[in-house]
Amino acid sequence: MSSSGAGAAAVSNGPGGVARRAPTHDAERAAERAARARKLTARTLALGYLTLLLLAPVAMIFYRTFEHGLAPVWDSITAPNAQHAFWLTIEVVAIAVPLNTAFGIGMALLLERGRFRGKGLLGLLVDLPFAISPVVVGLSLVLVYGKTGWFGDWLTEQGFQIIFSVPGIVLATAVVSLPFVARETIPVLRELGTDSEQAAETLGASPWQTFWRVTLPGIRWGVVYGVVLTTARALGEFGAVSIVSGRIEGQTQTLPLYVQDRFENFDSTGAYTAAVVLALLAMGTLLAMNLLTRRTRRRIGA
Amino acid sequence: MSSILFIHSMKKAVMKKHSLAVLVSLIAAAIGLSACGSSSGSKELALVAYSTPKSAYEKLTADFQATSAGKGVTFSQSYGPSGEQSRAVANGQNADVVNFSLEPDVERLVKAGLVSSSWNQNATHGFVTNSVVVFMVRKGNPKHITSWSDLVKPGVQVVTPNPFTSGGARWNIMAAYGAQLKEGKSEAEAQAYLKQLFGHVVSQDSSARNSLQTFTAGRGDVLLGYENEAITAQKKGEDVDYLIPDDTILIQAPVAVVGSSKPAQEFVKYLLSPAAQETWAAQGYRPVISGVQGASKFPKPPGLFTIEYVGGWKSVTDKFFDPETGIVTKIEQGLGVSTSK
Amino acid sequence: MAAGSRAGGAAGRLRLPAHAGSALGVGMLGIYLSVLVLLPVAALVAKSSTGGTDAFWRAITNPEAVAAIKLTLIATGIVVLINAVFGTLIAWVLVRDDFRGKQVVNSVIDLPFALPTIVAGVVLLALYGKGSPIGVNVAFTRLSVGLALLFVTLPFVVRSVQPVLLELDIAMEEAAASLGARSWTVLRRIVLPTLAPAIISGIALSFARAVGEFGSLVLITGNLPFKTEAGSVYIFGQVENDNLPGAAAVSVILLAAAIVVLGALSFASRRMSRHVQ
Repeated sequence: MSSSGAGAAAVSNGPGGVARRAPTHDAERAAERAARARKLTARTLALGYLTLLLLAPVAMIFYRTFEHGLAPVWDSITAPNAQHAFWLTIEVVAIAVPLNTAFGIGMALLLERGRFRGKGLLGLLVDLPFAISPVVVGLSLVLVYGKTGWFGDWLTEQGFQIIFSVPGIVLATAVVSLPFVARETIPVLRELGTDSEQAAETLGASPWQTFWRVTLPGIRWGVVYGVVLTTARALGEFGAVSIVSGRIEGQTQTLPLYVQDRFENFDSTGAYTAAVVLALLAMGTLLAMNLLTRRTRRRIGA
Repeated sequence: MSSILFIHSMKKAVMKKHSLAVLVSLIAAAIGLSACGSSSGSKELALVAYSTPKSAYEKLTADFQATSAGKGVTFSQSYGPSGEQSRAVANGQNADVVNFSLEPDVERLVKAGLVSSSWNQNATHGFVTNSVVVFMVRKGNPKHITSWSDLVKPGVQVVTPNPFTSGGARWNIMAAYGAQLKEGKSEAEAQAYLKQLFGHVVSQDSSARNSLQTFTAGRGDVLLGYENEAITAQKKGEDVDYLIPDDTILIQAPVAVVGSSKPAQEFVKYLLSPAAQETWAAQGYRPVISGVQGASKFPKPPGLFTIEYVGGWKSVTDKFFDPETGIVTKIEQGLGVSTSK
Repeated sequence: MAAGSRAGGAAGRLRLPAHAGSALGVGMLGIYLSVLVLLPVAALVAKSSTGGTDAFWRAITNPEAVAAIKLTLIATGIVVLINAVFGTLIAWVLVRDDFRGKQVVNSVIDLPFALPTIVAGVVLLALYGKGSPIGVNVAFTRLSVGLALLFVTLPFVVRSVQPVLLELDIAMEEAAASLGARSWTVLRRIVLPTLAPAIISGIALSFARAVGEFGSLVLITGNLPFKTEAGSVYIFGQVENDNLPGAAAVSVILLAAAIVVLGALSFASRRMSRHVQ
């Protein structure tokens, strides 16, 4: 499938190159036709798969949200608990995502450019939280930071409540979305190589300049998709957060917990509306990151 | 060449210094925020309850605030699966009043020293609502299901939550078991019935609400559940009928005060008052005291029994649901043996 | 570009310098990782061993647990393979193809993460359960486990491959084609080897996520022990049953499986990128 794709790209994007080789006009046209056919096949397959698995469910969520008109949707959005859940979710995402982004870029540089023993092990550690059922992630955080946990007494003495309050939610969210930025950036770093960085350095760029002007623009798409995935996951996390949040309405109830609450109480419009809000937030993140990347790129002329 | 790595290390260092500042300030902000949340007025009551009674509490808390005892009291409310809520309180979640679906969830807090061991020494033995296990069926009961023995007839598909993921689902199992004893069967025969019943179970969802979702999505012929949930489901427009089997268990949901706060005790006292019990009855729960208006709409099945009839929760939990040796555990594992053949 | 990566290895052979700035950076990474991952995982392992090796062994040899673990691992294996193929294809179409609505499609790719799993579960059940508008009923079968897992892991391979494709110089493909290389050769010799680390990265993430997935499975699978009960759901049952050591033990086994697979994948990825050079 992708095979057709690769060939098609070569042809469609560089007709001149092909034309030079093509002995006759007819052969060229036949090749182009075949390329177009391959391209269409690839597109059909990809979109068909996406429609069944993703577009149809998403469309259905939107339909079910608005099937009773706009009034109930508006009521759902303006409910005080929904508003609080919305802002709490934003707050949690605003803390967890930048932290994970900084961590992810640092980790990617360390794992890809550094040379030291135990690198493979370190790489595994980054992915680990992922393989644990979210419920168990939540529990393990309680085991460490809860009242009866390892640091429970110390934290209580200091007057910190981590679990069953906002810091616990941030912690759980950060854990479940930890690996994305690093995992997205590493392949790009590898593909990028170190040539340009060396060149910049030879030309007398400071390390900071090299990072901002050479490395970061080079890995920007990896970082963008890493941030987008991190944000999406942070927005939608339910399992781990439900264990550590305490689910106090208007205090520690995030949007996904609110969705669950609405569903339990047969308020499907409320549940779907909140889900659509989450979906729009995720889509907005991608849009914002795209714009940001374009603008940065223009500014630095990369 | 070494300067290349120097660049990278500097990069990391500078970046991290920034993020350190960000981290510290953000975490401080987060802690500050949560501190504000938890340290507000002394008359705030933290209510931690299982999911189902949420809509009842909307009215009950408002009504309580209108009484003289409840004047100036505010509530923070948390709802979720009973076991999860109980574990959260044991692990340090702030709570003044707890309402769970199972007695053992309160006992966990007694063990943790959070709830007085005399919590059930009152007129209602610690319970705040009653209900019974019912059969929810398709509109018009097309499979003519009326008794426990109908559930194990050929071709009948049963939906019940998984008794290991949903504490509340254990009421269903114990209702089925106790009903067999009521019919005069021996313990061994009753266990054999459970085994047969599990053979007819086509979905074991993680919670009662998920089971209802599964059932309304078209799966199965009968759903085992609570009477109050069947009433709520009908009210919410779900297309189900329900009927009460002659022999069934009385579901008793406990309420308890965590610690010894005065407003908390007043609130629990209010929950057991005739006025509050009337509200519960309107929400589909059976009152725990007599003479409550609206109680007459709940028919009393002839063979009603309590958990004590089958040995009480303490014995039932070990005997039936021990994760290694429990009767139900063994039955579930037996299913695996038969399906893998 | 791919050929130039790693710069031959002259720079690569150097050890990380014991520079103060670097140490601070690495230290910060270490602390963050410890707070978020090391300590909780250690607590989990400690909990799993509180009952002694006997209890640990009994917990992981329980036939129901074995069936659940097996189902999870097999379903996950199939799911990541499908992901590898379709994820790469989708990424390619999104980067190199052009059609009306492409931006919309691109912007919904991440939604399986952002949508609460309960909503995803309800909608998948409505679409692919009884009364499915396209006549496909996989609800409550083992296929439904795969369906739910495919849904929640969809973004990984797509989003791993996309940035590399965006950076990948199209000129190289063109050059190869203009030199008369057939499309299959271009793909096999130039595109796939360059994408391999990204595809593997996506597979690794999909694998890890699928092994731990819980929320989206509960509604559509029906959770029948030995049939459709996945590992994470079984673990949840043990937690709910106050059998924390048992839950931790099964978690540790799934974790170990994930470590083995992730380790193998990262090894393969390294081998491949070396191979390209």
